[in-house]
Amino acid sequence: MTEQATPLLSVRGVTVRFGGVVALDDVTFDVMPGQIAGLIGPNGAGKTTLFNCLSRLYQPSRGEILFEGQSILSVPRHRIPMIGIGRTFQNVALFDRLTVLENVMVGRHSRTSAGFVENALRLPSVGREEAAVRDKAMDLIEFMNLSAFTHRVAAGLPFPIRKRVELARALAAEPKLLLLDEPAAGLNHDEVHTLEGQIRRVRDVQGVTVLLVEHHMSLVMSVSDKVVVVNFGRKIADGRPEEVRQNPDVIRAYLGTAA
Amino acid sequence: MTTSWAMKRGVGVTSILFWIVLALLPLIGFVSESSSFDYYMFMGQSMLIYAIAVLGLNLLIGFNGQISLGHSAFFALGAYTAAILMNFGGWPYWATLPIAAVVCFAAGLLFGFPALKLEGHYLALATFTLAIAVPQLLKYKAIAGWTGGVGGVLLDKPDPPEWTRLSPDQWLYYVCLAAAILLFWVVFNLLRSRNGRALMAVRDHSMAASTMGIDLARYKTIAFGISAGITGVAGGLSAITVAYVAPDSFTLQLSISFLVGLVVGGIASLPGCLVGGVFIVLVQNSAQSISDWMKATFALRYDVPAWAIYGVLLLLLMYFLPAGIAGGFAQARTWWTMRGRRGRQQ
Repeated sequence: MTEQATPLLSVRGVTVRFGGVVALDDVTFDVMPGQIAGLIGPNGAGKTTLFNCLSRLYQPSRGEILFEGQSILSVPRHRIPMIGIGRTFQNVALFDRLTVLENVMVGRHSRTSAGFVENALRLPSVGREEAAVRDKAMDLIEFMNLSAFTHRVAAGLPFPIRKRVELARALAAEPKLLLLDEPAAGLNHDEVHTLEGQIRRVRDVQGVTVLLVEHHMSLVMSVSDKVVVVNFGRKIADGRPEEVRQNPDVIRAYLGTAA
Repeated sequence: MTTSWAMKRGVGVTSILFWIVLALLPLIGFVSESSSFDYYMFMGQSMLIYAIAVLGLNLLIGFNGQISLGHSAFFALGAYTAAILMNFGGWPYWATLPIAAVVCFAAGLLFGFPALKLEGHYLALATFTLAIAVPQLLKYKAIAGWTGGVGGVLLDKPDPPEWTRLSPDQWLYYVCLAAAILLFWVVFNLLRSRNGRALMAVRDHSMAASTMGIDLARYKTIAFGISAGITGVAGGLSAITVAYVAPDSFTLQLSISFLVGLVVGGIASLPGCLVGGVFIVLVQNSAQSISDWMKATFALRYDVPAWAIYGVLLLLLMYFLPAGIAGGFAQARTWWTMRGRRGRQQ
């Protein structure tokens, strides 16, 4: 290892139990700043459970999660975007009755501060903040090639568009770490290719570290700097994509045959 | 529907024109010979008051996704706050309205905390208890010295300032209109702000909203507070304009009236609140007129039940305008512009 010592994200011995079921068992791994990390494993392996711990929807029964060296386990859920963690959801969780622009603007909530009274009276400071939020949202809408849909209500949009809206919304908070839960699910071959470029640009242009859960093997293997493999709640491999691909445990437990 | 309401261009101009028209209506009184003009003005006051109450309820139901069957209780609280301040404190009527807003905001906030644990049908039941308990609580003997018990409190109808040369009912119409304009403006501002977007985000997907940094507990309780505060102002205005408060004016049926006005006007629609206010006053009255008309025209032996006519009207509206009257207008406008565009392309 070189001297870039502190990981951006450090998962230490995280264990999650639901009643008698152990969803995650002593999982440990690091994500370095600027990395694109892939988290893979068969269905039910515990990947989304881990994401839900990172965004504080679940509380681990044991273990520690450090972000920039600080524990996040006592941070309330709604403060997670303020410390720099953003996410998307497996089933795409948009605000369906708001427009694309409004959705992305909600993404900026954690970076703005105007209160109820200021907003109710539309004080001048509010106008400036609103304009800045709108500009930022418009930039991201362009960045994600969504300009044609800016004023459309989210509900009726095609699935691949909805996924891009969700990504733009997550970026609006300017996260340091972006958690993507199955970004390629439901996309066709071309769309996955576009997505790959977008994930790279998010890292290279926006400087965001990415952790993605994904089933789409070729996407994970080509885009990731490192890959963590979990099975039945346990980590079975952790390393560069080509190392993981050769790992006999991974081949046996997950890939079935060498892909 | 391609854009949500807040982003529509032209909303500003149309609504300003609309409010101006509403402000000009009382002036008809100076040329009209009608002896019942003051009665029409009173109906106008009632419509505006119901519109404000529906506005408060819409903020909660339409824009934040929480239900309430208990808004008659906040309406009552606002009315009694105004009445008691005027009657025992000798307060000027207009000064009681901000106090009614604050008292009801606090009450709504307090009720918002238990409401956090409840959703959907359970929240409906919890707020229902509020609506049925409050009329009886107002009759409670220990506080009858303040509330007047079953008999309520009789107030003086305020006089208009002399320079206006308006009748009391014309003047009170303007008081209601001023309150309505102020509150609609405030809600409009809120809804197009980060707080308004957050309220709607909580409605559409609360889990995603919380991962965007929106504190669910804070937003849900504040929504309850603001909603109750606005409906409380409506209650205060009703005490002033009717010049009387009594427990049995604030039953569950009043809550249901608000809900009917809300749904008929249009859920999550600001113009819909005004439509709802008009509907509540007009249709309850016209159901009786239709009943009388049917009896006379068809030479019936017995009265046709007015509430049955009301029910049929409501069913027809729900069937033909499921998005409410304001929603129906919006759809018609979209259809009209699309048709225009298609026409030009050919």
